[in-house]
Amino acid sequence: MSTVTTSFPNAATKWHLPSRGKVAMAGLIIAESAIFTIFVVAYLFYLGKSLTGPTPRDVLETPIFYTVCLLSSSLTIHFAAKFLARGITFAFLAFWLLTVALGGLFLYGTAQEWHRLICEHGLTISTNLFGTTYYSLVGLHGFHVTAGLIMLMVVAVFGLSGRVGVEQSGHIEVLSMYWHFVDAVWVVVFTVVYVLGR
Amino acid sequence: MSSNVITVSVGQTEAKPWVDELHQWLATVDHKRLGILYIVSALMFLVIGGVEALIIRIQLMHSHNNFVSPEVFNRMFTMHGTTMIFFVAMPVLFGFANYLVPLMIGARDMAFPRLNAFSFWLSFLGALLLYFSFLGGSGLYGAGNAPDVGWWSYAPLGARAFSPGHSSDYWTLSLLVSGFGSIGTAINIIATILCLRCPGMKLNRMPLFAWLNLVMAGMVLIAITPLSAAQIMLLIDRYLGGHFFDTQAGGSAVLWMHFFWIFGHPEVYVLIIPCFAFMSEIIPVFSRKPIFGYPVMVAATVCIAFVSMSVWAHHMFTIGMNSYANSFFTLTTMAVGVPTGIKIFNWIGTMWGGRIQFKTPMLFSIGFLFQFLIAGLTGIMMAASPFDWQLSLSYFVVAHFHYVIVGGILFALFAAFYYWYPKMTGRMLSESLGKWHFWLFLIGFHLTFDVMHVPGILGMPRRIYTYEPSRGWDTLNFIISVGAFIQALAILVFIANLIVSYFKGATAGNDPWDAWTLEWSISSPPPAYNFAMVPTVASRRPLWDLKHPEDPDSRYE
Repeated sequence: MSTVTTSFPNAATKWHLPSRGKVAMAGLIIAESAIFTIFVVAYLFYLGKSLTGPTPRDVLETPIFYTVCLLSSSLTIHFAAKFLARGITFAFLAFWLLTVALGGLFLYGTAQEWHRLICEHGLTISTNLFGTTYYSLVGLHGFHVTAGLIMLMVVAVFGLSGRVGVEQSGHIEVLSMYWHFVDAVWVVVFTVVYVLGR
Repeated sequence: MSSNVITVSVGQTEAKPWVDELHQWLATVDHKRLGILYIVSALMFLVIGGVEALIIRIQLMHSHNNFVSPEVFNRMFTMHGTTMIFFVAMPVLFGFANYLVPLMIGARDMAFPRLNAFSFWLSFLGALLLYFSFLGGSGLYGAGNAPDVGWWSYAPLGARAFSPGHSSDYWTLSLLVSGFGSIGTAINIIATILCLRCPGMKLNRMPLFAWLNLVMAGMVLIAITPLSAAQIMLLIDRYLGGHFFDTQAGGSAVLWMHFFWIFGHPEVYVLIIPCFAFMSEIIPVFSRKPIFGYPVMVAATVCIAFVSMSVWAHHMFTIGMNSYANSFFTLTTMAVGVPTGIKIFNWIGTMWGGRIQFKTPMLFSIGFLFQFLIAGLTGIMMAASPFDWQLSLSYFVVAHFHYVIVGGILFALFAAFYYWYPKMTGRMLSESLGKWHFWLFLIGFHLTFDVMHVPGILGMPRRIYTYEPSRGWDTLNFIISVGAFIQALAILVFIANLIVSYFKGATAGNDPWDAWTLEWSISSPPPAYNFAMVPTVASRRPLWDLKHPEDPDSRYE
């Protein structure tokens, strides 16, 4: 049916292409970074522009412990992925569960902080510009941590039932890229909200 | 061997009852079918958006007209703008990218077929959500209907106090949902192009179509997302009592403008770059010459993508920025003209000395070149901030951007339709109807949008409901409206051509234009699996190499 054959002269012999999972995750991370950039810009733009209190200086406390938790989870997921690539599933699972625990701890920290802000200081998303921008930015990040944590837990369930092996190593690396991104965003959010913003 | 497989698959599709056929279309993950779904849904919304434009034009035909009420008029220009940008231009370009990119790079499908289907349905359901506002916009409050605050939805117009009811919510959710669809498609296009090229298809051998769509997809990732972020903020304001754009609580209306235009201006390039891609494939084939300056074309495209990210505030000269910001955005905006000019020279360089065939796709391409040039020139005029202070928000601006969108993007799209329709359906579009379409549309276009510059210079503001007879704008507006109807007639000819040729058009064969890219090496329409054997390529024009084994391009690259 086709009038032309599909073999073309001087064909290349060696042919390597990047992994589509990693490229797609990189694309998602670029897109998400743009979304976060807009929220960070809004936060910085509205610093000190609230017409009423409370202000960041009054109510915010630097969450150093929970920040350490989240940042070290980047390290544990890195080790987990490396162990899986080498086929040591037990160590993978141990580090993976540790990552889930650290991520969960971080979310607990955010929840506690929000509880304190709402109940003790009466700061909600509609109180003033600080409330609006703070809950949006930290909430957007928390939403990403939650989404990541759900994905991590799905993998953990599969891992505990013994279904994650070396052949899933590529997927696990893509997922760990996302988790690293969530951690990197926290570095920015932490700097903007708790360091520059006070 | 491969011919056997193809005939079998054709026999199977013929035997299926229509319910199965419909189910196959709705549940498809095939990039070709999704491409056609994108294109057909976009054509549907083109007609709807076109009718809205005609309503606007009838209302403005003469002074003191009351063809529609002011409220309806506001809804019409809001819906016209939103529809044409988000539910015509974006989907139709994504449709062509979906259909053609895998074929051009010798791939079986897109990188993530199910994500592809998901993205299409997100954007389509986003469009339905927008139009559902006509029914559901009143909601419990009984106030409002379709969104009526302009496609920018400038703060504080988008706030609860000024947009009661749900019309703005439908607008916001619709753009948010379809925006996620666009991000999904963009990621898919990038992954497909970077990860699924056939052996030998190095980046510097890819058809320019693939290159330019890669750049476009990259821009979507960083240009559409600010809009999504701003829509989330608007939702927080409207539903959770936030104050992002609430000036009463210290919020800033100007911040919304910045966020909107950080999306809005790159969006223009997201739309025009795939049209450059069409031109870079069509002009060489009908000039019988390879594209002039391939690496420069790629470099110019990437350059446009970068510079276009820093020009957005030229939409906002009239809000009173300081002189440094005005100068910066004037200079960057003018700078975009340089790589764009390089492209125009490259296309002319391609045509120069070629044996040009004036088939319909080429006619539309030449129309594109002239009109896009003029659109660019009025763009440079308004890039000068003092000039913009005079003409911003006037019909001069409306004429300028319609020159880009209709004279540039739509003409390029028509060229693409005439060029690739044979590949998609196996039938040629009628040349005589095509010529009618071209000349009618050309006359209608120039009647409308050339003349439209004049009332703008005379001071006619955009979005105005009606005007005083003493202004002396009556004749001009009448001519503009007549042109609009001629364009509508041309679109009817085009749609008739699409339908009639589908059943009665001449059989296309694999390669009706004697072209050089991989999609023309397989049957029309292509089989579900695209390539029976994975092709390997050695130059930018694999089919030329195949047809001219004595003098292949690969010898010179």
